[in-house]
Amino acid sequence: MEDLLFWSSVLLYAAFVLYFISTVLFAATIKDKRHEKKFTKLHLLALSTTIIGFLTQLSYFITRWIASGHAPVSNMFEFVTFFSMMLVLAFVILYFIYRIEMLGLFALPVTLVIIGYASVFPQEISPLVPSLKSHWLYIHVTTVALGEAILAVSFVAGIIYLIKQISQERLTGRNFLLEVIIYSIFSAIGFAVISWGFTLADYSATFELEVDEQQVEMEYTLPAIIGPYNGTLITENKMDGIIPAPEWLHGVEASKKLNTLVWSLLVGLVLYGITLLILKKRVAKAIQPLLNKANPELLDEVCYRAVAIGFPVFTLGGLIFAAIWAQEAWNRYWGWDPKEVWALITWFFYAIFLHLRLTRGWHGEKSAWLAVVGFAIIMFNLIVVNLVLAGLHSYA
Amino acid sequence: MNVIKCEACGYENSSGTAICNNCGKPLDKDNNTNLLNMRYDGRAIRSKTRNTSIVDKIWNFFSSIKVGVSLIAIALIASAIGTIFPQSPYIPSTVEPAVHYRDQYGIFGQIYYQLGFHELYSSWWYMILIALIGISIFIVSLDRGIPLYKALKNQNPKRHINFLKRQKLFGYYSQYSPKDYDTLKANLKKHRYKIYEKDGHILAEKGRFSRWGPYVNHTGLIIFLIGTLLHFVPYMYVDEFIWVREGETEIIPGTGQKYYVENQDFIFETYGDDEEDAKFSEMLERQGTVVAKHYETKAIIYKDTSEGVIGSEPTLEEVTRGSAIVNEPIKFDGFALYQSKYQLNEFQSMSFKLHETDDPEEQSLLEFTVDFADPERVYTFDNGFKIEINKYYPDYVLDDDGTPRSQTNYPRNPAFVFFVYPPGEEEPEVSFIGIRQNLDPSQSNQYRIGLTGIDVRDVSGLNLKKDLTLPVLGLGAFIFMIGVIQGMYWQHRRIWIHPENGTLYIASHTNKNWFGMNKEVEKIMQNTNFEMLEDQENKVTKDK
Ligand code: HEM
Repeated sequence: MEDLLFWSSVLLYAAFVLYFISTVLFAATIKDKRHEKKFTKLHLLALSTTIIGFLTQLSYFITRWIASGHAPVSNMFEFVTFFSMMLVLAFVILYFIYRIEMLGLFALPVTLVIIGYASVFPQEISPLVPSLKSHWLYIHVTTVALGEAILAVSFVAGIIYLIKQISQERLTGRNFLLEVIIYSIFSAIGFAVISWGFTLADYSATFELEVDEQQVEMEYTLPAIIGPYNGTLITENKMDGIIPAPEWLHGVEASKKLNTLVWSLLVGLVLYGITLLILKKRVAKAIQPLLNKANPELLDEVCYRAVAIGFPVFTLGGLIFAAIWAQEAWNRYWGWDPKEVWALITWFFYAIFLHLRLTRGWHGEKSAWLAVVGFAIIMFNLIVVNLVLAGLHSYA
Repeated sequence: MNVIKCEACGYENSSGTAICNNCGKPLDKDNNTNLLNMRYDGRAIRSKTRNTSIVDKIWNFFSSIKVGVSLIAIALIASAIGTIFPQSPYIPSTVEPAVHYRDQYGIFGQIYYQLGFHELYSSWWYMILIALIGISIFIVSLDRGIPLYKALKNQNPKRHINFLKRQKLFGYYSQYSPKDYDTLKANLKKHRYKIYEKDGHILAEKGRFSRWGPYVNHTGLIIFLIGTLLHFVPYMYVDEFIWVREGETEIIPGTGQKYYVENQDFIFETYGDDEEDAKFSEMLERQGTVVAKHYETKAIIYKDTSEGVIGSEPTLEEVTRGSAIVNEPIKFDGFALYQSKYQLNEFQSMSFKLHETDDPEEQSLLEFTVDFADPERVYTFDNGFKIEINKYYPDYVLDDDGTPRSQTNYPRNPAFVFFVYPPGEEEPEVSFIGIRQNLDPSQSNQYRIGLTGIDVRDVSGLNLKKDLTLPVLGLGAFIFMIGVIQGMYWQHRRIWIHPENGTLYIASHTNKNWFGMNKEVEKIMQNTNFEMLEDQENKVTKDK
């Protein structure tokens, strides 16, 4: 068993490397100006590396399933890696339909960031509490992940569209917003980098503080920029909180979460700053010339198609299967738990997207922005709701 | 009512029509070359043609997509607000909500509570919002669905030339051979198009059913919403909760005093007991808490078959027996009994003995047992002793000011004040006894009560459910899924072929996925001398 678990992690690592290589290969297909609109050997190589990467990750999934005895979608690490795998699948499907390399050049790095984000969570296999022991759990979680991944491709198409179409001559509100989106991706990388860094360095600082008239200890694994409210550092030679968390910030470990957020944003800012220095211009402006060959109408079409394909899958997994499972586990099909509500919000949002597409004037740029907002909602549900607005679903 | 007479064929169209219902001639100016708006095939739509009476105004309000989208957007924002702080079912049940929101979340929590956001999803305005969305869906479906149905049912294969010219994909060929025409037709058939012909004009069509997708899915949504309303109809929905102690039989609430449940045994297992759980050891150690692996209640369900008046002794007949496990309820007569909560090791009884305070042997003078389900007040003994329970605290705590009280009515931490009357005495000795406590307030008691044994048992929290709305909800969800899949995964594609004066005009239309339509037209044109149709939308933008 231990062995299997070890190999399973190796496979995930290998998949990560393969995705990285395919990103480079897809970049090369776009640089390759000799062959317009042709499926060359380079294209084949990029596509097959991606597919081999996917199969490798699938093997990780299967081996881990065998090792743990249940489908590995039961904690944050497992769910997020599964989501990344579905993202690759969704990209491959849409690549087969539309043959847009650009999609790979953006979707695969997003996948890498997501795997990096996942790897920060505890990776040991965890037992299932009784209410999670149901086939509906697997059916529900896997379908949601697939649906959200297909919807995420619409974000990828949307962001390419925006970078290509929005004028980069002067700094305007719109291309500033684009930079903000790019910066948030850098912050996600920042989160992974910083968490890994201090985990490898075995950083730990313990604070003592009073909660509900009891002395409790809180362990920080990142140096405390934001310390706990009214906390005292008890580990020696470690950084004390620079700024205490505001008093109104309640909830378990709220200050720790805020600290992590501040760290991610800061490291993101550093990474973004370095990128700016190297490029000597806005990131979107630097990317724009690479997108010369992209066909905006086709991107718009993909942006919409991905929603059209993903919406039914998401409804089935995120609402219907979820309700069946909730009915089984807690004998109520709907309980207005934050996680459920955010699934409903996601659904409302994409319903709005589809209806607006029916009216004139909402194609192109506007719908690309909508796709970005939709992805932000999905990420909000995955990150903020899980970690901050605790509920029944909040994984360890 | 106004009619618009078609100049080409003389057909009288109702006002608001954009494309002649008979011959397909666009009814706007002849020299207009903009692409046609093909929604509902140019049929007149009620909400776009009438706007006089109050009914019209209401109708038009609800059938506007802008209004529909705004309603959904408001519902979205409202739903998000409801997740800022936990809803009332998710706060601890031991505190007053008003206090909890203020203490936990400060001034914002207080405002949140006062606005009623702690029960947002059952508030009247949220329900009205959802109802308005339902009404909007209903009206819009009639408003658009009926004209669309009529338009697609009576399609004339022979369309006016201007109709073709103003389609997005369009082309014409002057020197075509009959062979090309036949290959084209054969190719259309090969791609599973249905062919309608009239005087050499062709309408090739496929996937029309996908146009009903939105109407099917909206119907599903309406059925679903009706299902949620049925929730409030009596007898459709029962949701009750009971605690049953091991060995006891209780009436099941919500069944009209008809059903009883006996808790035979409660079984509880945790992770880490089994060898096969070794793989979880790392995680269990990190968390440092017990993780439940399995729990179940073995129970018997009885039915009261006595026909007697209320209050008479029930006659219990066994209906079924089984185990209520999480995810697997015991089912009987339309009800389901779910394993919901549990309370381990609740005290069932405590046994005591009395001995002389200075007797080192602690030889027993008498023994008695207090049963918490039914504690007796006074215990008398043959040797003349009498013991009275003066105070009983089932769940004992000391208040801040030092007064003892009971937190709950459940025997979780029982404590007693006993009065011991030795034979012949009128004045009792007072003893206070609890778990790991034995006090003699006077410090001069001759007799001492000692605890000799404790019996514990588990308590199962069972949840009785009956939900007759589930089939309706399931049906609604199912129809919704059929509708979205049919509307999203198929497209309605049409190709018109129009021969005129030796020239063949071809145009095509799809309601979505133009990329796929283009590819298909390319394939259909294969092996003919026709060139690919031109995308006129691109041409227009390029010309600009
Ligand atoms: C949350 C509620 C709703 C959901 C999930 C929903 C879902 C859908 C879907 C999936 C489509 C097909 C879209 C497409 O083919 O691209 C559609 C079409 C449509 N919906 Fe809704 N809808 C909802 C509420 C409404 C409301 C409130 C209105 C009121 C104005 C409305 C009006 C329409 C119209 C006019 C169409 C186009 C029908 C056609 O193309 O023939 N919908 N709806």
